[in-house]
Amino acid sequence: MSVTVETHAHDDHGHHHHKETFVTKYIFSQDHKMIAKQYLITGSIMGVIGILMSLIFRMQLAWPEKPNVIFEALLGKWAPGGVMDADIYLALVTIHGTIMVFFVLTAGLSGTFSNLLIPLQIGARDMASGFLNMVSYWLFFLSSVIMVLSLFVEAGPAAAGWTIYPPLSALPMAQGGSGAGMTLWLVSMAIFIASSLLGSLNYIVTVINLRTKGMSMTRLPLTIWAFFVTAIIGTVSFPVLLSAALLLIMDRSFGTSFFLSDIFIQGEVLHYQGGSPVLFEHLFWFLGHPEVYIVLLPALGITSEVIATNSRKPIFGYRAMVASILAIAFLSTIVWGHHMFVSGMNPFLGSVFTFTTLLIAIPSAVKAFNYITTLWKGNLQLNPAMLFSIGLVSTFITGGLTGIILGDSALDINVHDTYFVVAHFHLVMGISALYGMFAGIYHWFPKLFGRMLNKNLGYLHFWVTAISAYGVFFPMHFIGMAGLPRRYYTNTAFPLFDDLADVNVVITIFALIGGVFQLVFIYNFIHSIFYGKKPSQNPWRSNTLEWTTPVKHIHGNWPGEIPTVYRWSYDYSKPGHDEDFVPQNVPLKEGEEELQH
Amino acid sequence: MTVLLTLSIVIFVTIAIWQMVKIFDLSQVGTNNNQIATDKDNKVNGYLMMAFLVFIYAITIYSVVKWGDLPLLSNSASEHGPTIDKLLIVSLIIIFIVQTVTQFLLHYFAYKYRGEKGKKALFYADNNTLEAVWTIIPVIVLAGLIISGLFAWTNIMNPDFEDEDPLIVELYAQQFNWKARYAGADNVLGEANVRLINIDRANILGVDENDPYAQDDVIVSELHLPVNRPVIFKMRSQDVLHSAYMPHFRAQMNCVPGMVTQFAFTPTVTTQEMRENPDIQDKVARINQIRLDNQQDVLDRGQELRYDFDYLLLCNKICGKSHYNMQMKIIVETQDEFDEWMAQQTVFENSLN
Repeated sequence: MSVTVETHAHDDHGHHHHKETFVTKYIFSQDHKMIAKQYLITGSIMGVIGILMSLIFRMQLAWPEKPNVIFEALLGKWAPGGVMDADIYLALVTIHGTIMVFFVLTAGLSGTFSNLLIPLQIGARDMASGFLNMVSYWLFFLSSVIMVLSLFVEAGPAAAGWTIYPPLSALPMAQGGSGAGMTLWLVSMAIFIASSLLGSLNYIVTVINLRTKGMSMTRLPLTIWAFFVTAIIGTVSFPVLLSAALLLIMDRSFGTSFFLSDIFIQGEVLHYQGGSPVLFEHLFWFLGHPEVYIVLLPALGITSEVIATNSRKPIFGYRAMVASILAIAFLSTIVWGHHMFVSGMNPFLGSVFTFTTLLIAIPSAVKAFNYITTLWKGNLQLNPAMLFSIGLVSTFITGGLTGIILGDSALDINVHDTYFVVAHFHLVMGISALYGMFAGIYHWFPKLFGRMLNKNLGYLHFWVTAISAYGVFFPMHFIGMAGLPRRYYTNTAFPLFDDLADVNVVITIFALIGGVFQLVFIYNFIHSIFYGKKPSQNPWRSNTLEWTTPVKHIHGNWPGEIPTVYRWSYDYSKPGHDEDFVPQNVPLKEGEEELQH
Repeated sequence: MTVLLTLSIVIFVTIAIWQMVKIFDLSQVGTNNNQIATDKDNKVNGYLMMAFLVFIYAITIYSVVKWGDLPLLSNSASEHGPTIDKLLIVSLIIIFIVQTVTQFLLHYFAYKYRGEKGKKALFYADNNTLEAVWTIIPVIVLAGLIISGLFAWTNIMNPDFEDEDPLIVELYAQQFNWKARYAGADNVLGEANVRLINIDRANILGVDENDPYAQDDVIVSELHLPVNRPVIFKMRSQDVLHSAYMPHFRAQMNCVPGMVTQFAFTPTVTTQEMRENPDIQDKVARINQIRLDNQQDVLDRGQELRYDFDYLLLCNKICGKSHYNMQMKIIVETQDEFDEWMAQQTVFENSLN
């Protein structure tokens, strides 16, 4: 099969086949499928670093003040005698947050699956601009390298929290990590934002312009809707973070006072006058909140596709799903203030943001119920990807529900910046998005690498991860409601919290189990690339166009003509068809009506 | 040496897991496995879905029973505290109900409709009535929550103390401790700015020495509050962002360099009364038992072994190395006790060198 395909490729599209060297094929590739793999591998390496950091600081929280040889081995001078230094604790939580949110769940997730699936699912030979796509990846790579390098600067990496609020992040005398470490953080993030913008523009243009014949917007798979809207949110909000970063660089290096005023530190008054840290908070969260949806929407898009395919049923309420993606996208840009209820901004603004924030629960609820209804009376194929998708819906509900407490300004007063918040956002965006990414990897591994992942290892991976995720984050709500603040290097300074110490041990043990079992996935991933079972062309019996391409990657994706689309992507178990799936490129039968959705 | 040993153990464990997985993997070679879920996989994982549902319920019940009895939840010490607590409990109940039902449906469907060869799924793409139902129900529930939340928020943030003669107190944050400044007999705080800080004259808060209102101000490092008298806190920070978090009073506000922020509440329970509260006594006894069991650790920290309940002001915005230990004791007492304590403090004009 693949041999004939190859020949066709030469017949019809010989002009696509320029001479490929190792460098143009594997390194400076402009092929969206190779770029997707590059994003995936880079994002995964960053993910390993980010998760490892979380395990280190979890051990510190469970067994504080105790010499720990692992600290001594991994942290070197930052853990003299094996006792962790308070500065490096803050650096670990800062870089963990930065890496997981931006490098893994933005670039790793969107970068991989938008690149892989947009051209394949809309029926395009590649992205609108392969060159920009390549530049986007290499900027991401550069920013990753700089972020990792920043771990090794003399005075320590950035340690002001991933939100890098000034003045803490602006003044090297306030904190060791606010020197060269913060400079590298800002440079890395500025490059990252450039990368993200190039990627997003490419995705938007590709979806608008390069859809194949018949692929109307209402026939797009929900994955594409999610990637498309995510890219729009990114282009609207990331530039604002860039401006915040640039202004912070000005404050730090050129003596301006955008965010600083009236500061007395280490025995001297600084010259800054008239700026406000609250301005920075506005700018930061104008990206920071939409960022949650930049992370989450692609995961939900992947879930829609995986759940429909594996339920052998159309996704329930396609139009409502699209509408809720659009509603979430719109609302996401007008709720940032709920991170700032107690920042000192006008309380009236707090009322407005409470109102807009709680509105987001409505489209979110619609999505959750639609997923559940899609399962109803299905013929569920519980592949590992399907388990991760169901797991996503579960954590999305559990994490999302506590949002009605945090989004309510009156209630936020007492749980703001406690572990309640940590539990909430890790479940609703961290774990959910990670599950979405895993679901995507298990589902599209045959498309990415031309091999299958081992399913039994997948099951093992899912069940241990699912149990440890709840084991880590469920008890966290309770220590948060007991008033335990986040970002404390140890809780032992407050006897008040002594009876929470055993909860922290439980959490850490679950975290360690969950962390160690990711090795199963890493093994499966690496092993399967080389020795995995070879898949058939359409292993999941799916309707979308990517499964009409040959297993072996070729330039231009389809050997012959690009398929024409005649129907939406969710004709699963449609009455009147023998098979329980009807790919999008199959013309309507005589007398068959396309569903009015 | 121990480092080497531990590292090698970690490496060995990793290799062991790797090898086990590999054996697990190899054992399936030749079983004609195309790595797609079979009926058996669907069945096993379907049952596991139900088991996982039980796990979610179990961890919920366990957490509520073991850690849900939080004195902080039920023992607020401010006038607006019960409003917040009530709203929180209502929200928690709603969350609990929705969580229980939706998780059941999700996992039960995953079990009930697990795939079998030859079965055909129902082609069911849309139903406007259903969509309307689960759009409207959240709308109604949220409307209720939003309205009660907004009323509570507005009342808390814009308190009306007209005839109650509120006490004015400045909370002053610096890396890594707190100071409080009372407005004195005139109950008006003197002007202050960090540019006026003069360490040599012991003017550590930058209070304007020429301001007549400042002369009777009182600066302390332990916060005393008279019970049942409203307090308006004016927050300042001299260096980075801090957050004045007083969990027992359901109060929190950031301290922002360059501006003065505000939060007000009325303490309603004295420290003494709180110490006599049975819930708190249970908690304190529990904590003291834990401290006794870990005696050596506690003494190594240089803390006293015995813990007595006190209200606290914690820093709750990351502020640097010792952020985890930036605290101030709060003592709520009767007006008489407060007056007596205040009479012993030195006023600003006499505190200067």
